[in-house]
Amino acid sequence: MDPLIILQAGVASGTVLLFATLGGIFNERSGIMNLGIEGMMLIGAMTAFSVTAKTGLPWLGLVAAMLAAGALSQIHAFITITLQADQVVSGLALTFLGTGISLVFGEGLSKAGVISLLPVFTIPILSQIPILGKIFFENQSILVYIGYLLVPFCWWYINKTRPGLHLRAVGEYPAAADALGINVYGLRYFYVFIGGLLAGLSGATISLAISPGWFSELTTGGQGWIAIGLIIFSQWNPYRAMFGSYFFGALRRLILDIQGPAILFGFANPFYYNPYYGFFLQMLPYAFTILVLVIGSKEAIRKHLGAPAALGIPYIRGQRGI
Amino acid sequence: MQTDSGKIPSNQGIFPFRIKFEERISDVPKWYTFAISFGAVVFALLIGAIILWLAGGNPWATYAHIGRSSFGSIGVFSDTLVKATPLILVGLACSVAFRMKLWNIGAEGQFFIGAFAASAVILIPILPETAPSWLFIVVTAAAGLIGGGLYGLIPGLLKARFNVNEVISTLMLNYIAIAWNNYFIFAVWTEAGFQMSKVFPQNSWLPRLTDLGSKIPAFRGLTTHFGLVLAIIAAVIVWLILYRSRWGYEIRLIGDNPKAATYAGIPIKKHIVWVMVLSGALAGLAGMSEITGVVHRFQGAISPGYGFTGIIVAWLAKLNPFAVIFVSILFGALILAGREIQPSGVPKMIQGVILVSLIASDFLVRYKVSISRQRAEA
Repeated sequence: MDPLIILQAGVASGTVLLFATLGGIFNERSGIMNLGIEGMMLIGAMTAFSVTAKTGLPWLGLVAAMLAAGALSQIHAFITITLQADQVVSGLALTFLGTGISLVFGEGLSKAGVISLLPVFTIPILSQIPILGKIFFENQSILVYIGYLLVPFCWWYINKTRPGLHLRAVGEYPAAADALGINVYGLRYFYVFIGGLLAGLSGATISLAISPGWFSELTTGGQGWIAIGLIIFSQWNPYRAMFGSYFFGALRRLILDIQGPAILFGFANPFYYNPYYGFFLQMLPYAFTILVLVIGSKEAIRKHLGAPAALGIPYIRGQRGI
Repeated sequence: MQTDSGKIPSNQGIFPFRIKFEERISDVPKWYTFAISFGAVVFALLIGAIILWLAGGNPWATYAHIGRSSFGSIGVFSDTLVKATPLILVGLACSVAFRMKLWNIGAEGQFFIGAFAASAVILIPILPETAPSWLFIVVTAAAGLIGGGLYGLIPGLLKARFNVNEVISTLMLNYIAIAWNNYFIFAVWTEAGFQMSKVFPQNSWLPRLTDLGSKIPAFRGLTTHFGLVLAIIAAVIVWLILYRSRWGYEIRLIGDNPKAATYAGIPIKKHIVWVMVLSGALAGLAGMSEITGVVHRFQGAISPGYGFTGIIVAWLAKLNPFAVIFVSILFGALILAGREIQPSGVPKMIQGVILVSLIASDFLVRYKVSISRQRAEA
């Protein structure tokens, strides 16, 4: 149980959550809540694995995964933006749909065997930094490095650019945005699509890099729902999303590793002597997600930094209210 | 572009026809709502067929198989009812919560905890093996109700006290419930190292139709059990609560118009907690009914996603407790037949398509669609 290795693996598996959470941030900043992340991730993971197994080209698998999940997200966009249906129910339906479709098309994929994966490499100079170098820059998948670049980019895009300003306007006060000539419906469709692309990327990150393979529903194992918890915890801020994702990633790895040594901090390790206690460890990420929501909700009140004002409310042109 | 209130922009210029949506002001007749839902299901089955065909399956053979292996004879219909029983209870659980726009997605976890609590009565054992059957039914049912209810209490309190989104907390609790049960299956009540408990004593089984086989030969081999009776009683009680009690009125008012409910002085937070408890208790009863009526031992994999199918059942039944019974039978058929269908994801996929189609179709209930020829200057 080497803490450096736990953190290193945590950053790797946290990248899955990071992409999904970033996608959710774009989604929700535009005012649309999408609970279908789990379904889109499964579609992404299945498509990425399936395309790569057939063609031997992991990059093609990655792109296909993003487009497939993006396409699925447009069903949610149509139902919630054009048909103005309840976003909670529609998102749930999307998860069912995505899970079902990926199970049907993923039938037999688990026997596909070894496929070519995305490259893993060490960054020459940065990896020499003590401690941090090993955690962040040694033997990581290229997707992990993409994650490092994506977070500041997303922050800059949302907070410092004109399209980002429009994005926030649409999520905070769509009527005013509309009056300024911003296409509210169009932008919401677009950002739901971005959310889909990133959820697809997140799914592909699982099946092509972090824990390669297709294990039906267990491939994602509820990480899409943890991502939704992280969106709230992050208060729609990419940097906080990064911190939360890596924390949960490290927690996943810690749960696996803690059962290894017989002696833990000088005491007999109960998880070593009774491996069944591992079931209680398995509860931790889910319990932590709930805890994170409790903390997140309190902090959101304190800092007046809560959700986008129009989150979850359909925009109907000409109607009063936001 | 027209922007009258209540209209949304139509796709002008692409088609020679103009499609106009107008919000309905008056209530639509009941048959219309029913026809829309029915149409949505048919549409969903068509989409499902296309997906199946794309995945290389034979959609018509699959559908015919579902029909035959769930309604083809008295025997299989009895099995369909067995699958429908937990769905009715879980569908009721979701209906109660959804009526208040409280999104309890945790019926699956509450089902597991209900099954755990009922099993605990038998395996600890709280009742001796020789206790009479009626006593077992009363005590295990109470255990299931309490177990599920307590498990619903957690997200209820979190929502009322900390405003924690119940969708996520109930979902997280699903995973926790599965791990909890697994611990007891693997470590505590394991029989000879297998991942299941010993078979429950016969006295604790819910009575089945086949038990009457010696008196009424026609019932021989029919597995429909007493849980169905519990489910139907529960449906009546839920209907009475929702439509004939003050509490139910307040629940519906909160669901329809939370602002009005606040002004009327209805204690919303208190209702959130108690509705979650009721919802969880119903799902817990489903777990009890399944474990003592069908499985007869404590083990994993006792639910092919009943908790999630219950959401679709509730939605399709428009949250009406009696409609839940009939919709559950249809979905029971899908689950029963689904066990033999390849690829194995088909029932889930069909359920997903049905739910999406239903939600989309709701638009036709809320809006009037009129199609007219496009004029030159629209």
